Amino acid sequence: MSSTAYTEDPAKRLPLVEGGKSFHDVTEIVCKPLEQPLVKTPSWWLIGFMGALTLLTMLLGMVGYLLWEGIGVWGNNTPVAWGWDIVNFVWWIGIGHAGTLISAILFLFRQKWRTGINRFAEAMTVFAVMCAFLYPGIHIGRIWVSYYMFPIPNQMAMWPNFRSPLLWDFAAVSTYATVSALFWYIGLVPDLATIRDRATNKIRATLYGIFALGWRGANRHWQNYERAYLILAGLATPLVLSVHSIVSFDFATANLPGWHTTIFPPYFVAGAVFSGFALVSTLMILAREIFGFKQLVTINHLENMSKIMLLTGTLVGYAYAMEFFIAWYSGSEYERFAFINRAAGPFGWAYWIMISCNVISPQFFWFRNLRRNIWVIFIITIFINIGMWFERFVIIVTLHADFLPSSWGYYRPSIVDICTYLGTFGLFFTLFLLFLRFLPQIAISEVKGVMPQANPHHHGDSHGH
Amino acid sequence: MATSSSKSLFGVLAEFESPAHLLQAAEKVRDKGFKHWDTHSPFPIHGMDKAMGLKDSKLGWIVLCTGTLGVAGTHLLQWWSAVYAYPMVISGKPLNSYPAFIPVTFEGGILLSAFGAIFGMLAINKLPRLYHALFTSQQFKRATDDAFFISIESKDPQFNLEDVQVLLSSLGGKNIEVIHEAHA
Repeated sequence: MSSTAYTEDPAKRLPLVEGGKSFHDVTEIVCKPLEQPLVKTPSWWLIGFMGALTLLTMLLGMVGYLLWEGIGVWGNNTPVAWGWDIVNFVWWIGIGHAGTLISAILFLFRQKWRTGINRFAEAMTVFAVMCAFLYPGIHIGRIWVSYYMFPIPNQMAMWPNFRSPLLWDFAAVSTYATVSALFWYIGLVPDLATIRDRATNKIRATLYGIFALGWRGANRHWQNYERAYLILAGLATPLVLSVHSIVSFDFATANLPGWHTTIFPPYFVAGAVFSGFALVSTLMILAREIFGFKQLVTINHLENMSKIMLLTGTLVGYAYAMEFFIAWYSGSEYERFAFINRAAGPFGWAYWIMISCNVISPQFFWFRNLRRNIWVIFIITIFINIGMWFERFVIIVTLHADFLPSSWGYYRPSIVDICTYLGTFGLFFTLFLLFLRFLPQIAISEVKGVMPQANPHHHGDSHGH
Repeated sequence: MATSSSKSLFGVLAEFESPAHLLQAAEKVRDKGFKHWDTHSPFPIHGMDKAMGLKDSKLGWIVLCTGTLGVAGTHLLQWWSAVYAYPMVISGKPLNSYPAFIPVTFEGGILLSAFGAIFGMLAINKLPRLYHALFTSQQFKRATDDAFFISIESKDPQFNLEDVQVLLSSLGGKNIEVIHEAHA
């Protein structure tokens, strides 16, 4: 771990790129892994890819089985009508939020350190949203009428009920998936042009050339490009806040104790950012070890992310406490029971896993030497990912004890639930490994833009500031 | 490729040492009154729009239009389908329960604004364009790596092949190259 002196004076901040790199060095470092010939693909990649493909095949099998047999193959049943499908949907979509936060919100706040990690985080967003989006696609039960979700004129003269939070959710998630994919792609265009111009054979030059759209680094293009990027960041910021708010409306608009609360939107957004930053850090720690990006993705990046996890984890902890307080303060016996049952009922084990992982584990990040220790960050981020999965599990399955004691039950996932969830990791990692192998993992043009020699006033000429 | 036909002449390309040199050279080319020229760099350079004398990007107006269309379109769709096409009373709310339409209206506005930003940007930039005369230059491949260029096009009214080469050279330009279209 680096022991470089740290100072709060912005002029003396640690360099975002370490080791006195030139522009060409940055191009080389980022492009090298993806320019290896196919036959020289590293074996760890092949092994990982085969594992991911196996899981993806299992996912396809599970989805096929579900569509053939119906939703009964899952473990959800009254009183827990929503099971792992919603837990996993909310978990995956929350994971995705860190990418948008890093690419959009930190961009608007002029946090230049984001340039080392934003491409990676955006890729994670796009793939996580794809995993999430699978669930609303398959859990509707009658897949052949999935077009009911779209406002399409039909022979029954039916229209969707736009007052339903489930339809809001569909609109929010599909908008989010589209905008984050476009945002990611448009950020890739200048870097794809870099790869096109370095290509040593015709096939590479053509393939990357098509997707680079003929980019030639012209300033008349950069001008509109930067404006488009700024506008997209401005759009993605309220979008990301709206998406998890709307996801929380799925719960909050229901007249159920434990769900019907106004704290849900901010609490879900904080939790989403929290889990997303955790997964970005987990994957980034692995990638910088494997690909040798340690001078582009420095320990300072990881420390900054740890600080955000500390903040959002503590916000989530506050929300847990406030839910309990309001349940007591409401005077509603059903509310009170729902929360006592969460912490001390049959699913109390899940509640305490959630509290330990989400509230206690990030508190280690108060200590500077712990949040600059790769191993500590890695382990805590794994705990956070587990904890955030359990948060959604707790919210959803603690409906097992509803208003009528005669219908109380205990929720257990079926083997199909479990295999489908594992299968979504196959989808995620298949796409992620393809990204690692064939696309620039670090935004080359953006990193160059924050290097000291990129500033036209760097050479001490007469222009002021 | 490089024929002497005047029809196939694209312009002149010159390399500059650093972002600072490129910026200073751009200011001079701007002051000479050239219109059809550009600078090329691996990343956007701070202050270059001003140095080139570019007007502000029009993209914001395009996004304003598409975004307004998205907001109005999705809201009208919801109002029309809920009030006229398929009236349903849900939990005793009025048919035109507009507060419940806000989330979808919002998402519609964001979606169409994002389309406006991306496709509008590509349209203004006249992209995608897979062929460009500059791609015939070997050294221009470094424009996306670590080199900084100015290109002045022959269609500029002030363009004169010799004068432009002398100008770029006097501004510190190196590797000055006359660029021709790949096809006449």
